[in-house]
Amino acid sequence: MIANYGYRDGSGEYYVTIDTDRCIECEARWCVDACPQSLFAIEADDYDDEVATIAVTARKQLKEKCSGCKPSGGYESLPCTTACLPAAITHSW
Amino acid sequence: MIVVGIDVGSKNIHVVVLRDGEVASRVAVPSGFEQEEAARSGLADAVAAAGVTHGDIEYVVATGVGRKAIPFVQHRVTEVAADAKGAFSLMPAVRTIIDVGADEARAIRVDAGGKVVDFAANEKCAAGAGAFVEAMSRALEVSLTRFGEISLESTETIPMNAQCTVFAESEVVSLIHSNTSLKDIAKAVHDAMAGRVSAMVRRAGLEEAVAIGGGVACNVGFVKALEETLDVRELHVLPDPEYLGAYGAALIAADLLVEREDRA
Amino acid sequence: MTEEKHEFWRWSERIWRADGIDWKEAGSITVGVDVGSVSSQAVVLTDGRLFAFCSTRTGSNSPDSAIKAVGGALQGTGMTIEDAQYVVGTGYGRVNVPFANRAITEIACHARGANFMAGSGVRTILDMGGQDCKVIRCDDKGKVLNFIMNDKCAAGTGRGMEVIADTLGVPIEDIGARSFEIDEEPAPVSNVCTVFAKSEATALLKAGWSVNRVLAAYCSAMAERVVSLIDRIGVEKDFFITGGIAKNVGVVRRIERKIGVEAVKLPAKSNLDPQIAGALGAALFAYALLRKEQKAGAAA
Repeated sequence: MIANYGYRDGSGEYYVTIDTDRCIECEARWCVDACPQSLFAIEADDYDDEVATIAVTARKQLKEKCSGCKPSGGYESLPCTTACLPAAITHSW
Repeated sequence: MIVVGIDVGSKNIHVVVLRDGEVASRVAVPSGFEQEEAARSGLADAVAAAGVTHGDIEYVVATGVGRKAIPFVQHRVTEVAADAKGAFSLMPAVRTIIDVGADEARAIRVDAGGKVVDFAANEKCAAGAGAFVEAMSRALEVSLTRFGEISLESTETIPMNAQCTVFAESEVVSLIHSNTSLKDIAKAVHDAMAGRVSAMVRRAGLEEAVAIGGGVACNVGFVKALEETLDVRELHVLPDPEYLGAYGAALIAADLLVEREDRA
Repeated sequence: MTEEKHEFWRWSERIWRADGIDWKEAGSITVGVDVGSVSSQAVVLTDGRLFAFCSTRTGSNSPDSAIKAVGGALQGTGMTIEDAQYVVGTGYGRVNVPFANRAITEIACHARGANFMAGSGVRTILDMGGQDCKVIRCDDKGKVLNFIMNDKCAAGTGRGMEVIADTLGVPIEDIGARSFEIDEEPAPVSNVCTVFAKSEATALLKAGWSVNRVLAAYCSAMAERVVSLIDRIGVEKDFFITGGIAKNVGVVRRIERKIGVEAVKLPAKSNLDPQIAGALGAALFAYALLRKEQKAGAAA
């Protein structure tokens, strides 16, 4: 399942996408510790698979929460996408 | 030398008249539905207040979202350029300028020479600018001034769930109905907005000294909330903050006039 | 038998019950409850067949809204919630359904419910709710393959439409039809943000636009917002629309035009209301989970 977490408002589109079919195969789950804002959590989804999700409170604030990791925040690549072994995580902006 | 700067905002139009580099008058009028008409009226008022006539004006520069709507100007500049010019002139130590208006907010980083190095904006979403606090104060039937002042009395931190002005209105109304105190709600609202503005400032890069202008800088509750969220030693509120853009535009007008005369 | 109650001019509440089913003879009774931010629904299945449903306005309290919705569905049947063998809660208030055995997201429930209502050919579901907008891609069994949701921004949601309805003084139920009573389709309102779109609508009226024309411009803008969400994950037929705004032809037809795909419509004689898709899916999940439990119990 492709899970798109985030939103689109007047200022733009901000989605963090997790491909849960790839995520299931991962045992390391490094994304959880890699994110400086602790946005990732491992939870059982509706079909009882343990996969990464974006914390519910953060889903509506991705523009603000992720801004620290975007180029102007001093990061060259995003910690979460770098840490994700199965390449399940992508950002829309 | 008489020059004029006009900031055509979506809500208000600000006009500043400079005489030999000093502010001779400052006028604000609502933009309404006819921006050109309102700008002419504001200009007339400012000219009268400065004790000069239309014929005395040597250069007019316009800025603001509606700057293209008014024809009687010699030059137009972006809000970023106007804000940077105005703030740096008032405070040469400034390196990060924040301008929070009714519909838009922006953060500008400048170097030691006042040159713009980077900038970020919150635009097209009411939750990122003054419209947010204004809408909440209206929903709670409190004046905007009182809403800002009363937030200073709160010691609670209540995070807001809604990140949209429309949804937040319902949220504050249900908070009032569940007997949350007005001061705590006011603080929650100002904190929420400060969070979005400070995230914007960090996108531009935060470097002290930090100064704030624009209409929302008059809101004491917002300034305090932003100071806390940015975690800086001091957030300098520029004098007559709502005139920052118009003031900067007028200074640019003065520069361009001198340039024109030098060329002649 | 059907009962329709008009409590607010905004939209009507609804209760429906199947004729000729004696629930006391049923082998299994499962219930799905969908507590949304604006409306709540309850669906009762007997042996996996639709027995009753109720759609009502959500109050300030999620557990009370759940109880009210279930109470409405069971009114006059003699059944109480204790007779249900498995209850699944869904929606924004799903963790607050007091008698639920399990909570499942509205994404999974909508897909399941749409699969039941509109057939196993459904592959793309658009749900335009009171405070959110979501697009779901699913397989022939109603399992979610891809989803995208926007519950941060009012543009593209029922609340956004309510703001414009209030600004223009038009009852929400009339907006769709009136948006087509115009000479020429106008350009969409340029502001995405509902707050700014409201000022823009007022300015257009002042500039001489008729109310219908402004409605058309707003419906067109809302359709565009929704289409950009759909485009992110793509549309595959059959395409089905649920949620309050499904009843607004002004938005629905413009969406269909823009994506070039027509939504499947439930047959005119159908008793099913697209608004119950979430609760229906929840009740179906309850049915499947109950059977799984019973099989495991039998094996032990």
